[in-house]
This record gives sequence, structure tokens and C-alpha cells, in this order.
Amino acid sequence: MLSFEHLSKTYADGTRALSDINLTVHEGEIVALIGGSGCGKTTLLRLIAGLDRESAGRIRLDGEVLSGPHPAVGIVFQEPRLLPWLSVFDNIAFGLDGLSTAEKKARVTHALEKIGLVEHADRWPRDLSGGQQQRVSIARAFVTNPKVLLLDEPFSALDAFTRASLHEHLLGLWEETRPTVVLVTHDVQEAVTLADRAVVMQPKPGRIFDELPLTLARPRDRTGLPFETSVRRVLTALDHSLKAPQQQPQRERDRQAAALWW
Amino acid sequence: MTGPATSQAWSSHEGAAALAAPTSTEKRRVFDWRILLGFFLPVAIALLWEAAVTFGFAEGRLVPPPSRIIAMLWGLAQTGELWTHAWMTLWRVLVGFIIGALSGIVLGALSGSSQTLRQLLDPTLQALRAIPSIAWVPLFILWLGIFEASKVALIAVGVFFPVYLGIAGAILSVDRKLVEVGHVFRLSRIQLARRILLPAVLPEAVIALRSGLGLGFMFVVAAEFMGASEGLGYLLVDGQQMGKPDQILAAIIAFAILGKLADSLLLVATKPLVRWQDTVRERL
Repeated sequence: MLSFEHLSKTYADGTRALSDINLTVHEGEIVALIGGSGCGKTTLLRLIAGLDRESAGRIRLDGEVLSGPHPAVGIVFQEPRLLPWLSVFDNIAFGLDGLSTAEKKARVTHALEKIGLVEHADRWPRDLSGGQQQRVSIARAFVTNPKVLLLDEPFSALDAFTRASLHEHLLGLWEETRPTVVLVTHDVQEAVTLADRAVVMQPKPGRIFDELPLTLARPRDRTGLPFETSVRRVLTALDHSLKAPQQQPQRERDRQAAALWW
Repeated sequence: MTGPATSQAWSSHEGAAALAAPTSTEKRRVFDWRILLGFFLPVAIALLWEAAVTFGFAEGRLVPPPSRIIAMLWGLAQTGELWTHAWMTLWRVLVGFIIGALSGIVLGALSGSSQTLRQLLDPTLQALRAIPSIAWVPLFILWLGIFEASKVALIAVGVFFPVYLGIAGAILSVDRKLVEVGHVFRLSRIQLARRILLPAVLPEAVIALRSGLGLGFMFVVAAEFMGASEGLGYLLVDGQQMGKPDQILAAIIAFAILGKLADSLLLVATKPLVRWQDTVRERL
């Protein structure tokens, strides 16, 4: 179980990226963080990954307070971030340093089969397409069998067809070990396709606006009515979250006007 | 779940597309005749000059025609003089290059990887770099004598600075995003240096070494000007004092060939290290 308690992050320049985040993600659950740009989605992910330090509050994984990168937490970035000097095979094996050669080979080969790139094992990353590179990046995160997998808009740079196929690959890998997944996205369709729960966030400062359970049965039919309804619900929440901050200054002005009146 | 079927179709589709792309061996098989275009200008000028001297339009005493230069080279090669001089020059460059490059790599790595060390080392080294290296010559002669040590020291100084700057700069410009991958997999500082920083700086390190080698050849001439009885630089000085422009040009050509050979050797030796690079270098 992954939980955030009063989590806040203020950058050195005073930007309040996150303010008082409280959220619990259950084991094996897929949670989509969704929201407009600048609402702290990526910051939250970087805090869980241990790449940045929180300013206040804590993150707990099964009761243990996370401080810095944790072996049970894996991350897939927005870009593939493969090491260009390693073959596809070695890139996937990058995090498996402590294991025996045989174990390494077995795990990587299995992952390659799952992502359908067995015949590309000995190629350089530069020889792969963007979608293939991102698949390798997902495999690299999965082979260490993380308890928590963080996905930072991993499909945002890809075209719609490649994205749909990558969703399948991702769910295929997820089915095996069922890790807890925190997915950052700005694509509502993607959130509804993958997640058990959508957490809508709001900017300035980044905070949670609403949580929507997505209880559709898997595999999800993207053309069905229930899917459409869910998408609409998330879109509505998102819409409200984006409108809310503009209402605030209005209220502030009203208060100031009232103060002047008196 | 319909997943596996669709995904299989996708992967084989993309696989086929990747296989259909021409491989590098196929590309290399076609010889590009335009490479020969580069030879046109120098060969044409040489032939014109040769004709001008042969038909009496020019005297060719100060600018000897190609045939005289080739004859001079041939003569020097026959007596074995050419090899003695070339070997001497090469030996000086090699020793100076090794000393300069090694110290450049070590100090560059230190200054690139630690902020404190950079603030300690870099200002001094930058100040020293501002001194024209030839200005050291009198001091080196006083300190190290007029023989090999002072010459090698001058070459080492010339090689050191580009290597130092290149290595330190390369480490500082390593992509933060790749370093974060190392952090996520909890690499120690040493592991991070070995598994991410070192491979990432190799391409720029090779470029730094090449420019260092180029400067090494520049400084060996300066070093040999300041008093040598052997070496291609000596052939130059001797040619000037004896009024033999053909000997000077022969030495210059020998320098050009040696420099190019050494550079190509370095390039071939380091090629396996940077084979993964996704650049146009392969076509250059």
C-alpha cells in the first residue's frame, strides 16, 4: 500500500508545486493522476521515485517511509531514456546487476517476449522506433519486479495507434505481477482505459481536486457506452478543476470590495 | 483479452519495417565516386605548375615543381634519412601526447565530476591556458635542458589543454535524464561513473584526444625549431638555412602524411567505443 500524508513540495524559487496531498493507493491498484499542466503530477511522481525530496509530509510504502530511490519502486519516464551505448537486451537488464547471468537472461528474454521485441535484442536503441523504445523502457522497469510502478506520461509522444498497442503491452505485463501503478497522464481516454481510479488534480498550488472510481470490467471496450460515460465523468471533473482557480480571484475581489464598502 | 493477438501483429509489422531498412553494410557497398572530387583541385594545380616549369614559363627555384619534391622525398627515403627524422618526430609526439593526454584526462575528470575540485583547479588551469604555450620554451630549456625532455614537455603542455577542457566539458554536459536513470536504479557514485558517465563522455573524449593530437603535431615543429639535430622540424630549418625549398616542402608533406595517419589510427582505435552513436559521423 502506497500512501501520501500531508505531502507538500515547494521549489527553491518559491513555487508551490504540491500542497497537502493525502492519498492512499491500494496494492495492485492502477491510479491515474490527471490534470492540467503545472498541477504537480510529475512532481508527485518524482517524489515517489526519490528523485526529489518533499518539503513536508511523507510517503509510505507498506508502512516504510520512502527517502530516496527505493528498490521496490520502478519508473517509466516521458521519454524512453534508454542508454544509447547498450543493446536492447542490456538496457532491459540494466537494473538486474546483482543477479546471476542465467537469471538475468531468463527475465530479460521473458520481458522481450512480452513486448514482442525478441528479434531486436541485440540492436542499438537508435535502430528502434519511438514506440519500440518506449516498450523497452517499460520492460526495463518491469524486470526488477517492482511493487510500485510509476508512469510519467509514457505514451504522450506517440501516435494513437502505437499508444493503443502500448496500453495492451502494459496491461499484459501488469497482469503477471500486478504491481501498484501510479500513472500520470493528460489523456482522459488513456486514464479510463487503464486505471481503477482517476485522481483529478488542480494547479497553483498542485492539490487533489476529486477522485473518481473507474469500475469497468477488464478488458475494457473503448467503444462501449459505459466507457464513454466514464470518459465524460472524468472530463467534467477536469473541467471543474480548471475553472475553479479562475473563480477564486473573483471571490477575492468581492471580499476586497466588501472591505472597502465597510 | 484480445491483447496478445493485436500486439503480435503490431510487433511483426514494425519488425518487418525495421528489417526492410537498408543496413549499414549495404550502404557501404556502393562506392561514392564524388570522394575523388576532392583530389581534383590539388592535382590540377600540381600538374599546371609542373607544366609551367617544364615549358619555361616559371623558374621553379623558390617554388619547386612536384617532380622535384617527389625526387627529394625519394632521395631522403633511399638514404634512410627520412625514416630517422620521421621516427624521431613521431616518438616525441607520442611521448608528449601520452603524458599530456593522461594528465588532461585525470584532471579533466576530477574537475568535471566534483564542484569543489573544479573551483579549486579550474581557475589556475584556465589562467595557465591563457599563456601562449611557446612562451614556456625558454623556461623549459632552462629547467629541462636542450635535449628531449624540454621538447616532450612543450608537446605535453600543448596536448594537455584541449584534452582537459574536452573531458571536463563532456562530463558537465552529460544528459541529466540519463543520470536520473542511474539514480532510479540506485547506482553508487562509482557505479554511476562507470556505467553512465564514462560511456556518455566517450564520443567527446575522442574528439578532445584528436584535437590534442593535432596540437601535438603543431608543437613538435615548434619544439624542433628550438634546436634539434633530428626530426622533420630539423629538416625544415635545415632546408631554410641551406636554401632548399624542395626539402622544406618534402618535410611538410611528410608532416601531413604522418599527422593524417596518426589521426586515422586514433579514429580506428576508438571507433568500437563509440559505435552506438546516432550521428552523421559515419558518413564523414
